[in-house]
Amino acid sequence: MSELLQQIINGISLGSIYALIALGYTMVYGVLRFINFAHGDVFMVGAFVGYYAAPRIVPLVGGSLLIAGPITLLLSMLVCSALGVTIEKLAYRPLRPRPKLTILITAIGISLFLEFGGQLVFGPDPKSFPTLLPSAVIINTPNLVLRSTPVIVIATTVGLMLLLRFIVMKTKLGTAMRAVSYNQSAASLMGINIDTVISFTFVLGSSLAAAAGILYGSLYPSINPLMGVFPGLKAFISAVLGGIGNIPGAAIGGFIIGLIETFVTGYLSPTYRDAIAFGILILILLFKPSGILGRAESEKV
Amino acid sequence: MQPLPLDSYLNRFSTAIRACLGLHPLVALCGILLLAGCGGGGGDNTIQIGEYSSLTGTAATFGTSTHKGATLVMQETNASGGVLGKQIKLLTEDTQSKPEEAATVVTKLITRDGVKAVVGEVASGRTLAAAPICQSNGVPMITPSSTNPKVTQVGDYIFRVCFTDDFQGDVIARFVHNSLNLKRAAILKDVKNEYSVGLAHYFAQSFKQMGGEVVVEQAYSEGDNDFKAQLTAIKAADPEIIIVPGYYNEAALIVKQGRELNIKVPFMGGDGWDSAKLLEIGGASMEGTYYANHYSTSDPRPVVQNFVKKFHEKYNETPDAIAALSYDAVSILMDAIRRAGSTDGPKLRDAIAATKDFDGVSGTITIDNNRNASKSAVVLAIKDGKLTLRETIRP
Repeated sequence: MSELLQQIINGISLGSIYALIALGYTMVYGVLRFINFAHGDVFMVGAFVGYYAAPRIVPLVGGSLLIAGPITLLLSMLVCSALGVTIEKLAYRPLRPRPKLTILITAIGISLFLEFGGQLVFGPDPKSFPTLLPSAVIINTPNLVLRSTPVIVIATTVGLMLLLRFIVMKTKLGTAMRAVSYNQSAASLMGINIDTVISFTFVLGSSLAAAAGILYGSLYPSINPLMGVFPGLKAFISAVLGGIGNIPGAAIGGFIIGLIETFVTGYLSPTYRDAIAFGILILILLFKPSGILGRAESEKV
Repeated sequence: MQPLPLDSYLNRFSTAIRACLGLHPLVALCGILLLAGCGGGGGDNTIQIGEYSSLTGTAATFGTSTHKGATLVMQETNASGGVLGKQIKLLTEDTQSKPEEAATVVTKLITRDGVKAVVGEVASGRTLAAAPICQSNGVPMITPSSTNPKVTQVGDYIFRVCFTDDFQGDVIARFVHNSLNLKRAAILKDVKNEYSVGLAHYFAQSFKQMGGEVVVEQAYSEGDNDFKAQLTAIKAADPEIIIVPGYYNEAALIVKQGRELNIKVPFMGGDGWDSAKLLEIGGASMEGTYYANHYSTSDPRPVVQNFVKKFHEKYNETPDAIAALSYDAVSILMDAIRRAGSTDGPKLRDAIAATKDFDGVSGTITIDNNRNASKSAVVLAIKDGKLTLRETIRP
């Protein structure tokens, strides 16, 4: 029983990382209708900002993790927002009128650029991520251990999701985002600045990816320039599972994939883990292409 | 349908490829003529040695260490007048930690650069991808640190200067059973890695023969970062020691996450753990863990102390076992070229095979009939954040 409970905790903390990355995929898809394959690498850059910034921030605030943690998180979110907006401005915006395939291939190109540019700039060897979250024991029985790290990771994820929900549902820019997602040309006719809304979408998505990078580094403290590839793919599956373009769907999808992976690894065999994750993707595409929360779109011809 | 702008690029690309392919036989012919003109490299004043290493990718620190060790020998040899009156030129290629790249770059080293011998790789999977190419071209290859027994079974041109996994698995089993006196072991291996699978197998074999029990066997894949699911399952089986026959990056994360789950039993690994990154990533969690290794920097033999000193002078760091083995591999190669008096494939092969009681950094090396190195292993313990020599185990 307690083994099961432990696996659930493991799964949720892994799933919260996938969920945060999946939100970025789904928002960009919702607004631009294309998969930003470079998103997983923005997540990697987020982790590296933390790697370089944290050792400089911690002594500045007198060694307090309670202050240094949030500052590092914010800094990383800022840097990645800037990166996301730059990528959109330089690489995707000029291609927006072109066929979607062009922009998709460009996204793969940006992804490779960040991965291998990262090997050049950060070095290819794995780096040890600095301790940012306190690792105190909360529950300690012989068979169940709960530490503060996964609790903080899950809490931060839920907090960021609620904040995102508020921004999308209650603010003017959020409303504009939803309008653009619903009908881009109509929104533009209503006086909405499409470019601003798209930039804003990249700010939100990239900063969530950055947060995921910092949390990931805290959970699994070894980071390298290729670390974004697999979490990025899994997050993409999560987004499709939840219904791509749907924000709560991406969050739910992330948690489900995290739990499934943990259970397959813990009770079956890790050899099947990726096969099952991708198998789920195929099943969804076959039986419910719009995902758990997605709505089927009828295309007018 | 309206043609995509992409199409035009693809077209241009394929035209370029076709042009290259059309040119290829000509280029090859020129190469053959050039080689024939050289008469086996007689007019050239250098001996080219190929090295393939994982300079980037997941095993980058291994490749970098290999390269540093090999470069050190090359510079020392050239400074003291070279071999057979010629200077040594080391041509290095990056495998990006991928087996398919290893095959590609070794083919290039042999067919295009015409190297006389090849040194590499660390990971047995990549070495196994490259070894058949060296064998079929008749170019001797020495792997510094691939421990999987299959490597040297590829053929009579393939040698190694490290011990093999069956010996290493036996060393770990003997240490756990006899020195630590523990009887219930769990295994957490990397299923995508031949080294890890092999070492796990040989450990289990020896351990069971001694009367020990493997209570649970779990697996992960190279590049994974989350091991809590496996560790939770292992914890439920209540072992006395956990054997992690993988590489340093995953091993450090496994031990760290194990300690987070309150697993208090010792962890033990093999030579894949040997990297400064192990303590960097694992930190205080690594306390009370062990690993089998090829050499210890605290070995008082002059050849070891001399190597550690020179390595430190050049790179300002303490050499790991990978660097020591690479140093030994290239040193043995230099010694064999001297003894053979030639860089001719079969002669060089026979000279390497005749290596006996070579005083290497990683021990006294004799190449046996199966082209493996017969030598002792050490077990290192991590104590107070430092590596200490716990035991030397002979074959």
